[in-house]
Amino acid sequence: MPMTSSTSLSLDLSQLLPGFSDPTRESQTAFRAIMNATARPGLVADLSGAPTPPEGLGRAAGAVALTLVDQDTALWLDPVFRNGAVETWLRFHCTCPLVEAPIDAAFALIADADKMPALDAFNQGDAKYPDQAATLILVVPSLTGGPVLEMRGPGIADVTTCAPRGLSAAFWGARAELVAHFQYGFDLMLCAGDQMVSIPRTTRIGLTATLTDQGA
Amino acid sequence: MSNLSSSSPQEAEKFVKTSQSERQAWLSALAKAPPAELMPLWERLEAPEAITLRQPETGMVMVRGRAGGSGDAFNLGEMTVTRCAVRLNSGETGIGYVSGRDKRHAYAAAVLDAMMQSTVFRPEAESLVIAPLKAAAHARAERVSRKAKATQVEFFTMVRDRKA
Repeated sequence: MPMTSSTSLSLDLSQLLPGFSDPTRESQTAFRAIMNATARPGLVADLSGAPTPPEGLGRAAGAVALTLVDQDTALWLDPVFRNGAVETWLRFHCTCPLVEAPIDAAFALIADADKMPALDAFNQGDAKYPDQAATLILVVPSLTGGPVLEMRGPGIADVTTCAPRGLSAAFWGARAELVAHFQYGFDLMLCAGDQMVSIPRTTRIGLTATLTDQGA
Repeated sequence: MSNLSSSSPQEAEKFVKTSQSERQAWLSALAKAPPAELMPLWERLEAPEAITLRQPETGMVMVRGRAGGSGDAFNLGEMTVTRCAVRLNSGETGIGYVSGRDKRHAYAAAVLDAMMQSTVFRPEAESLVIAPLKAAAHARAERVSRKAKATQVEFFTMVRDRKA
């Protein structure tokens, strides 16, 4: 097992998987899908055309990282992804700096919402630059079959629903509290396999009966 | 950069033992060779099958220098480089960083780097490409230094701090 520390300059490339085979077109296609999904929260983006990422990431999470993360965006990686194939793959293809503290991250890639740092540990932006708030890329088991979220807000005609699994009522409660201080807040991208749903900070999520029944 | 010394024992057997400086030498020869010099040699090779890990892409790197070769480092200027990464079907990973914008040059350099790490392909790559490139680079350096030497002027009133 090759062990690379976060400060290590050398990468073990012997098992590295390829990135986009046509970087310009494929990243533009992925960007378009991600942008549409973010403009219409709840819309499921299909990123099945993206390259196969290392174990632990779906195509969607991999495509979001390859498309949005680069040398100018600091990335916080879930500890389960550190020192492994995912870290090598992202460092090689995105050439992004990795940060230890969640507060320093422009993007965070999170494997398990139950074990992630508290949401307020991430950058919520400041009054002058709300755009510098973090974008959290959350890997979830599925975008269907979980408690039903009723979503309202910009980009949604009236109300839309989404039912991701793996996110507790406590998570949604903490999110609601933080994004209530708009323009502060953070944006979420839920990724499961080839699919992605974007939940920007402007989306209001109804804590429906089904959700609160689930408990934390 | 792939680190040969960190490969597992089984993997290590696949590789010819190469010191880091040896690899630096062939990467340097591949990086600095003009495409017009490398491509005819490359085309004579039977290149093994490879997957592309990173498609050839062009960017800029900052070149640093030291005044007199020993002073403080300063930024000399940016130069254009093209890079590429491949993996041979036999498992070796090769990296190509070359000057200029020629994507085929970067791809050829990456495949040749991988070939040089393989016991099977190394003899062919070394004799058909790397050795001629090194000889050409040496001849080029020689020519430049002869030209420079011919213009050297010695002043009686000035003392050189280093022997030329």
